[in-house]
Amino acid sequence: MSGILRIAFKLLVNDRGKFAALLVGITFAVLLMVMVTSMFAGVMRRASATVINTGSGIWVMDRAVNTVANNIPLPDYVLAAVRSIEGVKYAVPIFTGSALAKLPNGDYQAVSIIGLDDSSLTGRPELIEGHIEDIYADNAFIVVKDSEYQKLGSPHVGAEFEVNDHRGVIVGVGRVASAGLFGIPTLYTTYGRAVQDLPSTRFTMSYVLVEPKTPKDIASITSQVAALGYLALTKDQFIQRTSAFYKYQTGVGINIMLMTVISFIVGLSISGQTFYTFILENLDKFGALKAIGARSRELIAMILFQAAFTGLTGYGLGVGLCSLLIAAAKMRLPSYAATVTFFNLGVAFVMVLIITGVASYTGIRRVIHIEPFDVFRS
Amino acid sequence: MGVAIRANSVTKWFGQGPLRTLAVREVSFEARFGELLYIVGPSGSGKTTLLSILSGILRPDTGTVELEGHDIWSLDADSLAQLRLHKIGFVFQDYHLFPRLTTLENVAIPLILQRVPWQAALQQAASHLEIVGLRDRADLPPLKLSGGEQQRVAIARAVVSRPDLLILDEPTASLDGDTGRRIIEFVKTEVLNEHRCILIVTHDSRILEYSDRILHMEDGRVRQVEDHHAHG
Repeated sequence: MSGILRIAFKLLVNDRGKFAALLVGITFAVLLMVMVTSMFAGVMRRASATVINTGSGIWVMDRAVNTVANNIPLPDYVLAAVRSIEGVKYAVPIFTGSALAKLPNGDYQAVSIIGLDDSSLTGRPELIEGHIEDIYADNAFIVVKDSEYQKLGSPHVGAEFEVNDHRGVIVGVGRVASAGLFGIPTLYTTYGRAVQDLPSTRFTMSYVLVEPKTPKDIASITSQVAALGYLALTKDQFIQRTSAFYKYQTGVGINIMLMTVISFIVGLSISGQTFYTFILENLDKFGALKAIGARSRELIAMILFQAAFTGLTGYGLGVGLCSLLIAAAKMRLPSYAATVTFFNLGVAFVMVLIITGVASYTGIRRVIHIEPFDVFRS
Repeated sequence: MGVAIRANSVTKWFGQGPLRTLAVREVSFEARFGELLYIVGPSGSGKTTLLSILSGILRPDTGTVELEGHDIWSLDADSLAQLRLHKIGFVFQDYHLFPRLTTLENVAIPLILQRVPWQAALQQAASHLEIVGLRDRADLPPLKLSGGEQQRVAIARAVVSRPDLLILDEPTASLDGDTGRRIIEFVKTEVLNEHRCILIVTHDSRILEYSDRILHMEDGRVRQVEDHHAHG
């Protein structure tokens, strides 16, 4: 570190009161921004849990579908039509729905049911207990061990319950990448049993899962599905569509954005005001440095260094504190939906850059306009 | 001895229109190396403005200032800053020491601005603190020192880079009589030498006895030059 920056560093950190106030301002702003956007990211991830966990390349659906949870059943001919499209490696049906499970203690619990294609079991969860072939046994279900697992009484292989007055038996315990959004346990079974046990409309198929022969085939598959009057989305597109629905059609996105902006304004107000006061209190010292022979660019470097050091330290503290809080919350509340993503960190970082940029700009304006002559007139 | 600084018909106005005021009017004089020159006069007589012009901080409207024969006001802003850094030492009226730095670091500032490595700068600063008798206060913040001690720290900072011209602005204004006299005695005996010229702006009559020459200013003009060498 050059000497002039070392002086800037000491001027900053030795003024403990102001330095602490600056750090508190930026740390608090970063904590709020990252926390709010992380909760939103967590909610969005859970909203697309079925898409993420199933992992299929292309999803075929009715054009009116907005989220994976609100499916519109498809007629069976769609499956046959899709299978006939050039470039389709295979296409299978999937059922997604919900039902009421009656537990051995007599309690009722809403559950999410996913019916996998009988022949391929495409989209099956990774098993941590039991064998996948047992899913073909009578009344067989696989339960997902996620944050909602305990709501079914934490069942193991052999546990029994009822689904819509049909007997159900747990034959496996699986795990998936993401828990669902609605706070209910998930059961996997075969497509055939799902449509047999659960009341449904005339059409039963929720989606058609498609695997293209090559990634280059995706475009032609999409256009040919569109020609059938339906919509084909890749996994990422479906996640984005679900996310866009919650962001723009439910008010959640606007609220999150407002919270983020408020956090930004709080950070900017506290840090900007404190940094400006810090500069004002040292204005005569900067004037003295200018009189002694410091050039304007050296004074600017000092201020930028002070702002950058404060901003980065506050950013690190804010991110650390946020991660700590999320980790602690998840230990106490397994269903707590918050995920720190690189995008969130990037947004907060850009916000911090703006805060420190504005704060240092106001300081620099004062310092470069100070006349060393004023130092003599004091 | 050679001429350290020379002012030629320096004039400075402030303000515009009906509020325009003449602060310094056609001032010419020179100061030599090894000389302690006082600029005295009542408040508003233009002595601080003249000091700022001589030190390369305030541009005159007309006239020139030569430091060791070079016109300082022909330089651009960066070169002028470098000239101040290497050739001129300042002792400000309110000292302007950095309260968040140690006394030692305060003294080292001009060297650090000259890009002397940190440790070397502190070593040189320590030797100058030794000269002003404050070596044992090196690690204290300036606010822990008395007014006289802070003044000596300011002097150590002004001379640490061995400038040719030392400028002191009202150096005894906030000191009691004895401390003020001790400071000026110290400057005259320890700091002034044949390679250095010292300009002191003051209206403190208690310390005039230490001067070699005195410029009396009034209404922006030099009214009288009192030469103590000549009298002596």
